[in-house]
Amino acid sequence: MRRFKNYSMNDKLFYIIITLILTIFFLAVLYPCIFVLSASFSSGSAVQSGKVVLFPVDFSIEGYKIVFNTNKVWIGFRNSLFYTFVGTTINVVMTMSAAYCLSRRDMPGRNGIMLLFTFTMFFSGGMIPAYMLVQKLGFLNTPWAVLIPGAIGVYNLIIARTFIMNSIPEELLEASRMDGCSDIKYFISIVLPLSKAIIAVLVLYYGVGHWNSYFQPMLYLNKPALYPLTLFLREILMADQIDPSTISDPELQAQLAQTAGVIKYALIVVSMVPVMMIYPLIQKYFVKGVMIGSVKG
Amino acid sequence: MAKNNKKYDSSKKLKKAIVARWQLYLLLVLPLLYILIFAYIPMGGLVIAFKRYNVGLGIFGSPWVGLENFKKFFTSFKFPVLMKNTLTLSLYSLIASFPIPIIFALLLNAMTGKHYKKVIQTVTYIPYFISTVVMVGLIFQLLNDRSGLYGALYTFFTNKTAPSLLAKGELFKHIYVWSGIWQSTGYSAIIYIAALAGVDQSLHEAAEIDGASRFQRILYVDIPEILPTASIMLILAVGNIMNVGFEKVLLMQNTLNLNYSEIISTYVYKVGLASGITDFSLSTAIGMFNSVTNFTLLIIANWGSKKMSNSGIF
Repeated sequence: MRRFKNYSMNDKLFYIIITLILTIFFLAVLYPCIFVLSASFSSGSAVQSGKVVLFPVDFSIEGYKIVFNTNKVWIGFRNSLFYTFVGTTINVVMTMSAAYCLSRRDMPGRNGIMLLFTFTMFFSGGMIPAYMLVQKLGFLNTPWAVLIPGAIGVYNLIIARTFIMNSIPEELLEASRMDGCSDIKYFISIVLPLSKAIIAVLVLYYGVGHWNSYFQPMLYLNKPALYPLTLFLREILMADQIDPSTISDPELQAQLAQTAGVIKYALIVVSMVPVMMIYPLIQKYFVKGVMIGSVKG
Repeated sequence: MAKNNKKYDSSKKLKKAIVARWQLYLLLVLPLLYILIFAYIPMGGLVIAFKRYNVGLGIFGSPWVGLENFKKFFTSFKFPVLMKNTLTLSLYSLIASFPIPIIFALLLNAMTGKHYKKVIQTVTYIPYFISTVVMVGLIFQLLNDRSGLYGALYTFFTNKTAPSLLAKGELFKHIYVWSGIWQSTGYSAIIYIAALAGVDQSLHEAAEIDGASRFQRILYVDIPEILPTASIMLILAVGNIMNVGFEKVLLMQNTLNLNYSEIISTYVYKVGLASGITDFSLSTAIGMFNSVTNFTLLIIANWGSKKMSNSGIF
């Protein structure tokens, strides 16, 4: 790489301009995030009167206090964690076993079965027939309604299959077969350990999908005890309804009127915490996953 | 006779191969059952689009009505508005949000300064992980004319109270599209950044020796290199034209912007499940119209791309 001063005048100007453009875009993405964080740590009155611009004004954690004293938030958090954990486990098990079978070139009928899966990416029955099915199965108002429909994302299946086909050499299969290894045993003790990278990608995609899912639970669940966090978030963020009776501390109730804005900001931050916590861990796999996805299977 | 024997042999061979691989089929049982039940049974459920569905009579007992539901939809006063809103939102977001990640990736790739580059990339794909509900809550909060970022900045610079943006229906499409760009540019760029990282450096060196500036190298080296990736992404985007971000639109709707924000998929939901008098058949018919249109567009886009650049998704 050459030194900057060695570039031609023309190129120098070009580099300065693109750095400027990218910096503007970078700040445009970053600024709202910082604003939310700052607003969540400000006092209710400062937020309400629009005094927060960049840094917290009258530093306070009253927003967080109220958020953590709201029963709904705890119920939602617990349910969301449950759906995310169990749902993702089901997703990964189903997807990996299907991907493994469909990656095996020596399985008769492989292409036909693959087509059966890929076709569903482009055409589906739509909302009402899916709803009728869930109703018929008796899943309405049970956790199953959120866990089972969507158990395999076909796009993820294709990524996983491509990964297995490209990165696990077929000689391994030959060798383990010689040693008398069965197909299932090969899957569990050879394929799975070698697929850690793709499993991390699947966990991230499915996990974030469950944590963020809104419409399915809204459609299929109408008992608040089963609601994931997103449904409560919608209630609070969009409809201005923290019901005072769900807050256990009477002193906090009085503050409520003044603090509507700051609560929302605090809630946005709280709901992002789990995703932001696993994000750095899985970040490098995430980029990899997008790249595998771009290779045609 | 010999031919028959051969046939017999090959079917016997196939049987043998299947039996030998029985464990694979065992592993496939659950995924296959899943896809048949949760993808293909609902497809069969599409028949109610051609019936007058009645809960008491069930899917099979309900009377056939032919294309009546489709006619009802096409002739209703809602149809032109829904089509207009759906196409406005989808074409607008396609035109705005398709090239921006490409430009972003090209610039980022050309930028000097490894660490700053990495920081920009990492930060710009964080918003992708924000859920739709939170994103819409965020839009409402930030654009609030009093307590939001918009209101705060407006007052900060002009010392006046800001006019409300969210109450104006005409602005709905801009808010929808540009918040989408804010959220997904970094993520959508990853695929192009990866494609650019694979560009043969000797091409760049050769172009430099011939006196090409960095900008010319973007035009004549980088862009041709990512064109196949871009055309595949475009086909997929065209095949999704009728699928405007349903959740986001639904969450952003209010009585003030409904004339601009009601799209086909949200209407399907309202007709089928969210209104007082639900009409499963009509709703299914509208949904079917939507997915058939999408599927047709996908085929056309794929065919066009194959004709022009020889790359397609199937």
